[in-house]
This record gives sequence, structure tokens and C-alpha cells, in this order.
Amino acid sequence: MDAFQKRKLINAIILVFSTLAALFGIMWLFWILGTLLYKGFSTLSLDVFLGDPPAPGDSSGGLKHAIVGQTLIVLLATVIGIPIGILAGTYLSEYGKNSRLANFVRDMSDVMMSIPSIVVGTFIYAVLVKPVGHFMGLAGSLSLAVMMIPIVLRTTDDMLRMVPPELREAGYALGATKFKVIKDIVYRAAITGIVTGVILSVARIGGETAPLLFTSFNNNFFTTNIFQPMASLTVTMYDYAMSPYKYWQDLAWAAAIILTFGVLGANILGRVIAHYKFKR
Amino acid sequence: MAGQRGFWADWSFAKLALGATILVLVILLAVFVVLYKESSLAISTFGVWKFITSQVWNPPLDKFGGAPAIFGSVVSTVIAITIAVPVAIGIAIFLTEIAPHFLRTPVGVAVELLAAIPSIIYGMWGLFFFAPFMRDKVQPVIHATLGKIPVIGQWFSGYTPGIGLLTASIVLSIMILPFTAAIARDSFKMVPDILKESAYALGATKWDVMKDVVIPYAKLGVIGGIILSLGRALGETMAVTFVMGNQPVIPKSLLEPATSITVTLANEFTEADTDLYLSSLFYLALILFVMSFLVIVIGKFFFLKRVER
Repeated sequence: MDAFQKRKLINAIILVFSTLAALFGIMWLFWILGTLLYKGFSTLSLDVFLGDPPAPGDSSGGLKHAIVGQTLIVLLATVIGIPIGILAGTYLSEYGKNSRLANFVRDMSDVMMSIPSIVVGTFIYAVLVKPVGHFMGLAGSLSLAVMMIPIVLRTTDDMLRMVPPELREAGYALGATKFKVIKDIVYRAAITGIVTGVILSVARIGGETAPLLFTSFNNNFFTTNIFQPMASLTVTMYDYAMSPYKYWQDLAWAAAIILTFGVLGANILGRVIAHYKFKR
Repeated sequence: MAGQRGFWADWSFAKLALGATILVLVILLAVFVVLYKESSLAISTFGVWKFITSQVWNPPLDKFGGAPAIFGSVVSTVIAITIAVPVAIGIAIFLTEIAPHFLRTPVGVAVELLAAIPSIIYGMWGLFFFAPFMRDKVQPVIHATLGKIPVIGQWFSGYTPGIGLLTASIVLSIMILPFTAAIARDSFKMVPDILKESAYALGATKWDVMKDVVIPYAKLGVIGGIILSLGRALGETMAVTFVMGNQPVIPKSLLEPATSITVTLANEFTEADTDLYLSSLFYLALILFVMSFLVIVIGKFFFLKRVER
């Protein structure tokens, strides 16, 4: 066998191996997805969406409390996290630029982005739940907001920096103040990018369980009071999946598929907006 | 008047933006300070080195040592990375060099979407489907092969209901697989086409191009990505909580139930009934925070920063 044939042979072997690796990896992921779709859809019913929480051993009831709780917690986290993230991102791009403070904050927000989510939960537990004395929905929202801020900050910073400086200069030439330029020119030019970042960050935190375990905890009753322990889809999944009751385990799968569709839906929406924006 | 109002709006917006920026730093600092303060009782009781090396985790006796949890976190992360990285690089090579063009975008997007699936779903799948699979199909095979090897055979002995360190590590590796693959693919994609084309023009095969052009060029990015995946695996809770077993011991065999920092926190945090117990859990959280901080700093600032330059 000459050197050329040998190289071709090695090439073929490697290509086969990496194709196999790809198939191997994708197989596991499809197994999980298939399980999720099969178990989830076989348990979905109207009762799952509208029913009250089941009692132990019951075989009827639903997830209304968890769906509403999850929505409230994520919505509140968004309301808290987004303005802070956008304002800080605006500062980095428009005021701080390449100053040492701005670069330091950029690095630190990367660090913040990768704090283990359960550690964020323990942090909020220490500063809010322990002093107050009981779990509450608001604490869950706060821990999600803490995870959201660095994500929004980073995308806002990146998106605003893509706005060409000539646009800003044109505004200044007309005598506009910096605030006016940012509000009416920079934000307008970058709005699609910012919205995409916000949606993707919601998708990212929407499926988090660990930060909610000791903040919003769980509640077996329907509540919209954010100062009370509040059920969420994720923590409910955790409790129900670990329970010995068949119907509860089925409900956990139903919750899983509702959550996955919510998260993936938000993710795809964000991508579609980004795609149309940057195609032009 | 209008001019003055404009000035005030301008001034207060600038201060508001600055305030939000400072807040980010304050939160990060506060996480560290609060965790340190909450764990100070445990730190003063057990010390640093003794806590890290002590294997006793006994809540009724108020004796706490972090070794089993730290061991579980480190070992499960290492195993998960060892499994996930070769497969992820295989997927990345497949996506950038082998797959026909019409497949690249859909498969690439599918991998990215899989990275967005909540990790608790991997954990539930692990509990209901993968653990029984491990027990019935994989465990006998492991006993018959790896278990027979002298010395390391004991790591693969023992009978369990499928829940244990190895199962958790594999579920963890599947969970980080899409993330790692997406980063590796992005690094490979950054290699300029002209470099690859020059190599092809010299008669290089695809593997020659990968080995001598793509991998050297993308090396730092891939290593940085692997380290970020490591950080992710280290801090992951829900994918492992269901299948780790929550036994606060250092297991003799990889098949046996174990625990990790995140698993201990998830299972015991709300049950801690003494101050020292809670403080020890905060101590574990602080250790995890410091570990992932170091991993991120190495990955991001040592490897990925050099890629950007």
C-alpha cells in the first residue's frame, strides 16, 4: 500500500468514525425527545390544563396552579431583570464604551452568567427567604432575574454597538441630548436585536428548576399571591416525578411537554426574529 | 424650560444606566459575601482543609464533611466531559465537513434547540428510562467485561437499581453534548475557507485538512468551549439529582449511589434543621461557586480571550 492509499484509508476511517459519533450522539437525543413526546402527549388532556391539583392517589386533576405560578414567576422575573439588563447594557455601549469599568463589567457579567443556578437559589434564600421566614413566589422571580440580567446585558451591549456611529452623530448635529439620541435613534435601530435577546433570555431561564427549589418552593393550592409559596411547572415536575403515584408521574410528563413547548417556542420565536432582522 | 427638562432627563438617564451597571457588580459581590457569611459557622467549626477531606456527613450527629459531595461533583463532571467531548467533536466534524449542505443547517439548528431543552427533562428521562436500561442491559455487560479486570475491576462491581454515579455521569454527558457540539462547530466554522481550500489544492484529504488546518486553527476555541461545558456540568443540578442516589459516601464502585454538591443542596437544603447543618450546606454552595468561578475564569479569559485577539 503506498502512502497515498494509506492516507485515503485513514481519511475514510476517520470520516466513518465521526459520522458514527454524530449518529450516536443524535440517537440519545432522539431517544429523550421521543420519550418526552410519547409520554407527554399520551397524558395531555383538557383536565391537565384546567384541573385543580390532584390529591395523593387521585387519578384526576391538573396543573392549573403550576402553569399560572410558572407564568407569574417568569413574568415577574422578566419585569425585574429586563430593565436592569437593558440599562446596564446601554451604559456599557453608550457611556462606558471601552473604559476599564465597562470592560470589567463585561467580564464580570460573563462570570455571573455561569454561576451554577442552584447557587443563585441559595443566595436568594439567604437574603430574602430566611429573613422573612417563609418561601415566596417573589423570591423565585428574583433568582431568575439574577440569572437573566447578565444575558440581557450582553445582548443589549452587542446589539447597541452594532448601530453605526454616524446615526448618533446625525442626532447630535441636530442638537439632541444624549438621552434623546439613545431613546429615539439607538434603541430604534437596535430594537429587533434587543427583543431577540430578551426572548432568548426568557427561554433560557424559563426551564430552570434549581433556583426555584428553595425560593418559590411549591404550593399544592392555586395562588396568585407572590408573597406566598408558589407552584411552578419545574418544581412540580420534580416533586411529582419523585412521587410514588402513577397519576402524579404522568402529570410530571405532561408538565414536561408543556414546559418544553413553551421554552422551545420562545427560542424559535427569538431565532426567527433574529433571522429576518439580519437577513436584510 | 424645555431645554432644562431635556437636561434633567439626560442626567438622570445616565445615572440610572450607571446605577444598573454598578448593581450587576454589587450582585456578584453579594453572592460571594452572603455565601461566605452564611457558611462562616461551618468554616469556623470544621475549618477548610478538614471540611474538604472529611468523609463523614451525618446530620443527626451534627458532623459534616464535604468530601463525598466534592468527589461526586468532580468525578461525574470528569466522566461526563470524557464521554461528551469526543462525540461532540465528531458531531462538529460531521456538521462542518461531512454532512451534505442541505443537512447542515437543519441538523445544526436541531442541536442548538436540544441545548435549550430544560435539564430537568434529561433528569426525568434518566430516572424513568435510562436507569432501568442501565440496570437490565448495561450493568451485566459491565460486570462481565470491565468488572473482570484486576485492580480497576472493583470500580465496576456491585448491584444497584441502576441509580448511581455512572448513570448520573452519562445523563450529564448527554445533557452537555448539544452545548459542547455547538461550540466546537462554531470554532470549526471560524476557520477561513481559503486556508482549507489551499490545503485541498495541495491534495490533502478531508482528514488531513482537519488534522493540520482546522484543528490547529480552532484549538483554543474548542478547548475554551470544553472548559465552559465543564463549568456547566459542574453546576448542573436537575439532570443528576434524579439518578445520583443521594448517598453521602465516596462509593467504592462507579455503579453505586453517590452524591454531588448540587444533589446534596437540592435534596437537603429545605430539610436542614440545625444552624450548623444549613451553614454546612451554604459552605458546599460556596465551594461550588468558587470551583465554577475558577473554571470560567480559566476557560473564558485564558483560552477564549486569545481567540478573540
